[in-house]
Amino acid sequence: MQYILLLNECAEDFARRDDPAQAATYWGGWSAFIGAMAQAGIIVSGSGLLGPQVATTVRIRDGKRLVQDGPFADTKEQLGGYFVIEVPDLDTALEWAARAPSASGASVEVRPLLPPMPPAAS
Amino acid sequence: MQGARDAAQQAARGSYGRLLSALVGRYRDIAASEDALSEAFLAALRTWPETGVPDNPDAWLYSAARNSLRNLARHQKVMEASAVQLALLHDELAPEESNLPDDRLKLLFVCAHPAIDEGVRTPLMLQTVLGLDAAHIAAAFLVAPATMAQRLVRAKAKIKQARLRFELPTAADMSVRLQDVLDAIYAAYGTSWDAVAGADLGSGELAGEALFLGRLIVELLPGQPEARGLLALMLFCESRRDARRGEDGRFMPLRMQDTRLWSRAMIGEAEKQLITASRAGVFGRYQCEAAIQSLHAQRSLTGVANREALNTLYGLLAARCPGIGVFVGQAAALLDAGEPSHSLAVLDRLVPAEVSSYQPYWVTRAHALSAKGERELAERALQTAIGLTEDVAVRSFLVNSLPGKRATASS
Repeated sequence: MQYILLLNECAEDFARRDDPAQAATYWGGWSAFIGAMAQAGIIVSGSGLLGPQVATTVRIRDGKRLVQDGPFADTKEQLGGYFVIEVPDLDTALEWAARAPSASGASVEVRPLLPPMPPAAS
Repeated sequence: MQGARDAAQQAARGSYGRLLSALVGRYRDIAASEDALSEAFLAALRTWPETGVPDNPDAWLYSAARNSLRNLARHQKVMEASAVQLALLHDELAPEESNLPDDRLKLLFVCAHPAIDEGVRTPLMLQTVLGLDAAHIAAAFLVAPATMAQRLVRAKAKIKQARLRFELPTAADMSVRLQDVLDAIYAAYGTSWDAVAGADLGSGELAGEALFLGRLIVELLPGQPEARGLLALMLFCESRRDARRGEDGRFMPLRMQDTRLWSRAMIGEAEKQLITASRAGVFGRYQCEAAIQSLHAQRSLTGVANREALNTLYGLLAARCPGIGVFVGQAAALLDAGEPSHSLAVLDRLVPAEVSSYQPYWVTRAHALSAKGERELAERALQTAIGLTEDVAVRSFLVNSLPGKRATASS
């Protein structure tokens, strides 16, 4: 069964990425976590994301394209990365989510992926 | 007569949970298994009067439920690749119904899973393990039947779609996960229990169900002291049920209860559970609360309350499991021990916003103030308590204890 781990980070986490004093610890934590998932052979796909300051949001309203600087919602926690993993059940997915560095400072949302669509009836 | 009916009900209850847990263990779909099982019961009502009751009714019902699941799968193309379908295919190769597994423990753990909303864990247990219908559960939890039904449907869909693990927790997770299961069972017994006003219970409507679950979890996990602690606690509270109301339906607080009305059988069973639990030598909230109730129960034998021991236990509970209910209980115990100032100090430390609508807090505060001779403040606290009281009998008891009415209350 496939689950996505939506790795949310808070502003402090994003700031640590570029802070010379903290960057090594920050990236070290993530590469250890990702390394452990890779070693367990559960990663289907995934990536880290650049920060919300470079996000752009697009909406179509009344047929017009509205482009806006910034993320969809200005909340305390923002998506910092994601991984799709293949594990037997939610309990196992939650165990991995709890190990993500961002689970301590912010949160990880875990959701099952939609099962593959059945082939369209011909 | 009542005994026979109770026995029959218990047997049906035990059977329902066992059958459903076996189906869920096999097919991992609670809603579909429930539907299939109720069809199987209907089929039994149709055929058993003609053919006679089969030698192994549970195996018959399980088999009928499985057939019903098979029909369902056949009619729903969507389920083609589902776990149910796969398990059914496997079953045709190895049908084994004589030895049904009892998966109720796994069912209890999945109902109280941390990924399930806390408010629906108890209803989910009552429905799946005991077979209570949503309308009955809704009435006990004071919500509209449609709302309760919807919450139950949503929870079952989450268990299936997000694929929650249907296994016992690992040894490392056991104590945390068991606490959730026990909390959900205790919630069925009644969360408004409080030793302070002696009101003990809200409706008590689900007390029998909660005791059934409490006994079940002790039977299935005999090595867990906290499970026995919870059972003992519920039994102690239940033993006083008949003493809680006077002949005219009047409310009787704990200290005024006729101890001859306390059930010796239940107290005995509770003491036995508590003694077995204490052999493990591990502190637990339910064991500690049960020990407090045990001291109250001893009053029925000795005629006096052991106030010192009560204070010690409340102190322990307050240190290990701080919470409003525990602190107010501690304050009441101190008050009974003749230490109103100390009692008030405990109450004053609580956060006003958290206790402003907690009735037992105001009752205890009123008593403590009155013991210190602060009559006006005491009366004001009592008025607040009265305003927060839901139970009619408790309300009239409190109204009668207002200063002007004291003469009638003590008559």
